[in-house]
Formats: sequence, structure tokens, C-alpha cells
Amino acid sequence: MMAPAVILLLGWMLAPLTTTLYFSFKKYLPLRGGDLGWVGFDNYVRFVTSSSFWPSVYTTLIIVGFVLAITVIFGVLLALLLDQPMWGQGIVRILVIAPFFVMPTVSGLVWKNMFMDPINGILAHLWRFFGLQPLEWLSQFSMGSIILIVSWQWLPFATLILLTAIQSLDREQLEAAEMDGANNTKRFGYIILPHLSRAITIVILIQTIFLLSIFAEIFVTTAGAFGTKTLTYLIFQRVLESQNIGLGSAGGVYAIILANIVAIFLMRIVGKSLDAKES
Amino acid sequence: MARSVKNQQKMVNTVIAWTIGLLIFFPVLWTVLTSFKTEGQAINDPPLFLFFDWTLENYAIVQERSDYMKFLWNSIFIAGGSTLLGILIAVPAAWSMAFVPTKRTKDILLWMLSTKMLPAVGVLYPIYIGCIKLGLLDSRLALVIILMLINLPIIVWMLYTYFREIPRDILEASRMDGASLWKEIIYVLTPMAIPGIASTILLNLILAWNESFWTLNLTAAKAGTLTAFIASYSSPEGLFFAKLSAASTMAIAPILILGWFSQKQLVRGLTFGAVK
Amino acid sequence: MGFIELKQVTKNFGDLQVIKPLDLEIKDGEFTVFVGPSGCGKSTLLRLIAGLEDLTSGSIQIDGREASQDAPAKRGLAMVFQSYALYPHMNVYKNIAFPLKMVGMDKDAIDKKVRKAAEVLNLNDYLERKPAQLSGGQRQRVAIGRAIVREPSAFLFDEPLSNLDAALRVGMRLEISELHKRLNTTMIYVTHDQVEAMTMADRIVVMNHGVIEQVGTPLELYRNPKNLFVAGFIGSPKMNFIEGSWAQAQGAHSVGIRPEHISITAEQSEWKGVVKMAESLGSDTFLHIQDSGVAETLTVRADGEKSFNRGQEVFLKPKKESLHLFNEKGERQ
Repeated sequence: MMAPAVILLLGWMLAPLTTTLYFSFKKYLPLRGGDLGWVGFDNYVRFVTSSSFWPSVYTTLIIVGFVLAITVIFGVLLALLLDQPMWGQGIVRILVIAPFFVMPTVSGLVWKNMFMDPINGILAHLWRFFGLQPLEWLSQFSMGSIILIVSWQWLPFATLILLTAIQSLDREQLEAAEMDGANNTKRFGYIILPHLSRAITIVILIQTIFLLSIFAEIFVTTAGAFGTKTLTYLIFQRVLESQNIGLGSAGGVYAIILANIVAIFLMRIVGKSLDAKES
Repeated sequence: MARSVKNQQKMVNTVIAWTIGLLIFFPVLWTVLTSFKTEGQAINDPPLFLFFDWTLENYAIVQERSDYMKFLWNSIFIAGGSTLLGILIAVPAAWSMAFVPTKRTKDILLWMLSTKMLPAVGVLYPIYIGCIKLGLLDSRLALVIILMLINLPIIVWMLYTYFREIPRDILEASRMDGASLWKEIIYVLTPMAIPGIASTILLNLILAWNESFWTLNLTAAKAGTLTAFIASYSSPEGLFFAKLSAASTMAIAPILILGWFSQKQLVRGLTFGAVK
Repeated sequence: MGFIELKQVTKNFGDLQVIKPLDLEIKDGEFTVFVGPSGCGKSTLLRLIAGLEDLTSGSIQIDGREASQDAPAKRGLAMVFQSYALYPHMNVYKNIAFPLKMVGMDKDAIDKKVRKAAEVLNLNDYLERKPAQLSGGQRQRVAIGRAIVREPSAFLFDEPLSNLDAALRVGMRLEISELHKRLNTTMIYVTHDQVEAMTMADRIVVMNHGVIEQVGTPLELYRNPKNLFVAGFIGSPKMNFIEGSWAQAQGAHSVGIRPEHISITAEQSEWKGVVKMAESLGSDTFLHIQDSGVAETLTVRADGEKSFNRGQEVFLKPKKESLHLFNEKGERQ
């Protein structure tokens, strides 16, 4: 009964993958002469030595790194806060989670226009209110802006998962620690944080996989300009904009390798949780 | 004394949490509010919060100018179709993995998960060219199939974790009670699995609805979804904040409501059962 | 009828043989208890009889008919699970009616039977409730009700009371015993609790490491345990075992004597020891005695009215006719 699912996924994985590999060894320009023959590893070398490659890797790593740091740190704090007794907890939770359900194109455009527009955006109003010169967010602070938008989208995810993890903590453990004389800070450091470490790892790995391939947020805001061209975006441009398929495919292979490095770690953790359930 | 201290603490918590919650929610709230303003009021300085002339004209204009209904229907068709197809394929797979596990079950599950990690951009061209060759570029069918495939691992995983929680004792009891395999499936397993299947459908609808790599790259005028519909607003033409807001509100409202119902399932689905 | 016969039954899980070749007859109408420490194979044996596990070799006959290859439902047995295994999405009525519905009985007949079973089990007021809304004892009754309506040739119970609290456990124990008296149907009951075994069973099957150590009535096992394992397992507190010169003087490798067969005497007697601890239960007091010279500690039952101090010296007199003598292999001499 597994066969249909397995066969479909196998096809879905192998067919495009082999095609990508195939094209990556060819000079192939559909609009400028078509298939110009085998070129060996030429595309791989050219992709890496092109002037936009390393900047795109830095851009990718900076976005991923900052978004991870922001979402995990604020996610832990927010999860701790939401775990406290308060009035209207359910509603606050709903408010906090909302951004996750906003489709990437919408959040990109809303932030770009209604918040970061240097004349009419809310942030411009705010800056003027304090007597400051409004910022040209997406051109002057392009990276910061993208990081802000993406963090806003992913903070709810981190918060929700960390909150679930906190709530799964055995209350008696905390009470025992309290009896043992641990104050709030120590209880956080010795009990809560170790308990959360697995959830944090999972958040980091899953977000990394999604963040490595963010696309729409950049597509509708800067379109890769002002130093926001990520690896994903660079490959997209090579393939669909400049129609250099061979080069783009080589880039694709790099992206696959990068994602797989992260994936291996994630799979290990998930695999372990699978074993834990069986025992 | 202790009680009043507790209440004070609770008050402080409440104020901080609500402030942060509203701050995070503000972009969504602001978008919804702006959608009811006129274009002039939308860029008023200072910004107007509640005291403006509420109007529905933006919604009418958006529908008229960009045919919202068409994109909405495409989104529903593609999200719904890919989810349904995915469930049909995943239920038997998850079923057999949960109840008749073999030594290879774990490896198959992890391998399925690994296909989810394939970066879309790495296979963009083959899929793109494949769609052209099959005449499926800008077709709903292509997106139904592709979104089904990218989410199939999550569906199988979620169903698997739900099925695993059905106690074996109960299945054995039904066997003792004389239920045949089919009766066991109809009367015992399915009713017990329905909540899990429903949650899986819900999460998958959300993921498919918001998917925006393939929908942007493989659709145009004909099969465009709401993500593509919104992206068409990225090149502004005069005053358009209110219209953008109206379009955005319409694009996110359905899924926002669904999403709020599925918080718990979201955690389980997106962490592949590793956090519950 | 409910006559069950096991012949050379074995069960392997992979390389591990959890049931070693074993023969057993369970007579019609008998209340048989499988008892033993956890991992001894008692639950596996029950599940083999139920048909929930496949035999590795051997055969099972029910009422003289070969049943080894029959599906669980075809064996005419009903089972009550440790977790009760109630269907969570069905109310009590539907849970009890389920097996009847499966055999295609008509609605009126089902209704009659379900109501009768509910009457017997005091479940009339709960028929519309879902299992989640019931207490542990009520769930237990529903599970029993589901078994009763099938009018099986034998009931199988897999540690049915282990999820209940102590007070309820005693109550349910009585109820199950009464049920057996009334129905007069064969019952096989698995437990690790020797008190349950002693109080409920017509016949006890003591198991250890996949082997039947002894089969007999509760009193047979109490009076004539076949080996050290049974002697130590049946009876509470545990039997005292004495080795060394005193045992040799009795002509045995080791000698067992139950706490209730050692009396405390005022004057000089066979043994002397020091009270290490006294556990007062009210009705009895159990003394743990050190420095007796025969065993490291001896457990002795004393009158509950008397009080003892820690460190107090006492004289002890074993009841000679209640000694159990065992050889080097641990078998009864």
C-alpha cells in the first residue's frame, strides 16, 4: 500500500534531479543557439568564479544567520512569556501566530509599501514624528529590511514550537528545582533551557531548510537588487531571466548539496525521535 | 497578600504580552484597516487608525480590475485538489507503515522526508521545461500535481504519527469481537483516525495556499493563484495602498481563519512529529 | 463449553523463545490464573490462546476442535484487555453492542442483550456516555460487558485490574469472582499479583521464564510448592529460606518456612534473634529478625496486639510439620 507514494516521490526526485545534473554539464542557451554541447565541469567552475557567486552566498548566510538568531532568541523569550499566567492568553497566542499564515508575497508587499515606503510608510511617519529623516529602507538598509520581514514571518513558527515544548515540561521538575532552592534564572538555565534544546535544534534545522530557499519575499521587494541576491535568487535569474540553463543547473546542484548538509542533521534528530517512540 | 502579588504579576504579564502580541499582529491589522480607507486616507499624515470614512470600494475595484474571483478559484482548486490527491495517496501508505511496519519502514519515512528538502530552485528548469513539453505551463493540473508532491512527505508523516497513536489493543479487541479487516477499518480505525486526517488536511491546505515558488514561476494569467495575484501588485500605479490592502486581506483572510484552528497540528506537522 | 487444551505449544520472538514447549489443560468452567513475574510469558500464552499471536509450534484445541489456525473471532473466546481497549468514539451502549453487530445480529436482539448485560454490571445509567467520561472501574465493567454479551466459551483477562487503585481492585476482584460463579464459564486470568491469584483461582498456573513451574489449586501451591521458585512466589510475606548446617540437619540442601509458621516464645527455644524492624499492620505484626544464626534475616509473623522494640531479643520456634525441604536443584524432596 506504500507503493504509490514511494513511486511518485521517487519519480519526483529522480527525474528532475538527473535532468538538472545532465544540463549542468552542457552549454545550453535556449534563446541563443540552444544546445551547444558538453562542457564538462565548466559550468560549475564558472558559477563559482562569477562575480555574483560569493556575494550571493554571503547574502544567503547573513539572512539565514540573522533570521535564525532573531527568531530563536525572541521565540524563547516570547514562549516563556506566553507560558505565564495572564488574561486573554488564547487571544495573544492567536495574535502572535498570525504572521505565519500570511502568504510570502503579501507580507513582502505590505512591508515594502505600507511600512517601508520612505514617504507614506508607517515607519516614515514614525521617524518624522521623532523629528528624524525617514529611511530608504529597501535601498539603504536592504539586508536589514529583508531580515526584518522574514523574521516577522518566522518568529511565530519558532514561538509556537518552543511554547509547545515548554508546556510539555513536567511541572514537578520545576517544583522540585524550586524546593531545591533554584531561583527563576537558575530554573531557566538548568531545567527549561536544557529541556528546550531539542526543540531549538529542530526549529533551527527546519527554518534553515525553508530560509535557504526564500524567494517570494525578495521577488516582490528588491527583486535581488541592493545586495539582496541570495543563492536561490541567483539561480532563478540564471535559469529563467538570462536563460542560461547549464550555468543555472550547476548552481542548482550546489544548492542541493547545501540543503543536504543541513538535511542530514535534521534527519538524524527526527530519526531518533522515531526510535524513542518505538521503545 | 500572596494572592495580590500573584494578581499584580499576572497584570504585568498581561500588559507585556498584549503589547507584544499587538505589535506583532499590527501589520496584519493595519492592512485590514487600510483596505477600508480611500486611497487618500490611506496615505494621510498622520496615519488614521479608526476615524476615517469606512468604505468597501477598494474591494469592488480589486475584483473588477484584477478578477479576484478567478485567482481565488485557482487557489481553492489547487490547494484543495493537491490536498485531496495527497491524502488519497498518503492514507494507505501511512496506514501500512503504522500498522504493518517492517524493518525498512523507518528508512522509507526518512527518505520521504529527505525529498522535502530538495531545494525547488535546483529542479526549477527540468520542471519548467517539462511543463512546457506537456503543455501544462500555466495550468492548474500541473500545480495540483507539483504541490501534492512537495507536500506528500509531510502528509504521510503526519498521518503516520496520528495512526501510530491508535492503541493496538483496540484493534486487537475489534479482531476478538469478530470484525473482519474491512469492518475493522470502517467501524474502528477510520472513526478514530478522522481527527488526525482532518488536521492533516488543514495543515496541508495552509501550506499549499501559501506556496509561492512554484505558483509564481509556473503560472501566469490562466492558472495564477492568489500569491501570483498579489505579486501583480508589486509594480505600483499611482495611489494603491488601499487597493493593495484590500487584495491582501482577501488573499490571507481565508487561510488566517483556518490557520488559527490548526495551531496544534501545525507544530506536529512541521516538526514531523518530533515536537508535540 | 470451554475446554482448552495446549499441546507442545512454543512461541519465539526472533531468536528468543518466550514460551518453551508446554502442555496445559484448562477444564470447562474452571477459573484458571496464570501468574508469574513480568516477562515470564504469561501474557504471551494468553494471547496465543486468544489467537492474537501465532504459534511457533504445537497446537491449541478448544472444545476438542483444532483451533491453532483460526482467526481470533472464530475461536469463540472473549478478551478483557489491560487498557480495557474500549472504542473511544462509541458510547457505552455501542461498545457493548459492537461484537453482536459484527456477527450480524438483528437490532432487537442486540438491544435486549446489551440492556441485560448493563443491568448485571450496573451500567444502566451510563449507556449514552463515551468511555472518556467514565471512571476506571466503570470502563472495566464496560470491557467486561462487551465480553459477556458474546456468550463466549471462555473469557480471557489480561491483567484487568492493574490500572485500578487499590480499593477498587478489591471490589472488582469480588465482582469478577461472582460473575464466574453466576456464568460458570471458563475464565483464564493473567496477573503478576499472587494475592489476586490466590483469592480468585480454582487453579493457578505459575510461570517463570516461559516455563510452567507448577499447576495446582491455591492451597496445593501454598502447602506443597514443587520448587524454590513457587515457594518464594506464592505467599505473602515471602517464605524464609535457610541453607547451611541447620538445613543439613533436617536432611535437605535448603529449607523453607513461612513467616506464619514461626512462633515467638517466651522461654529459650530453637532459635534466638534480634528485632531489626517491626511492621505493624494492626491485625498482625511482621518482624524482621537478624542474628538468628540460621539466615541473614528471618521474617516472622507475630500477634498484632503485642509490641516489639528495635533491638529487642526474641526466641523463635519453627513449626516442624510446616517445613519445606528442597534439594540442590531447588526441587521439593
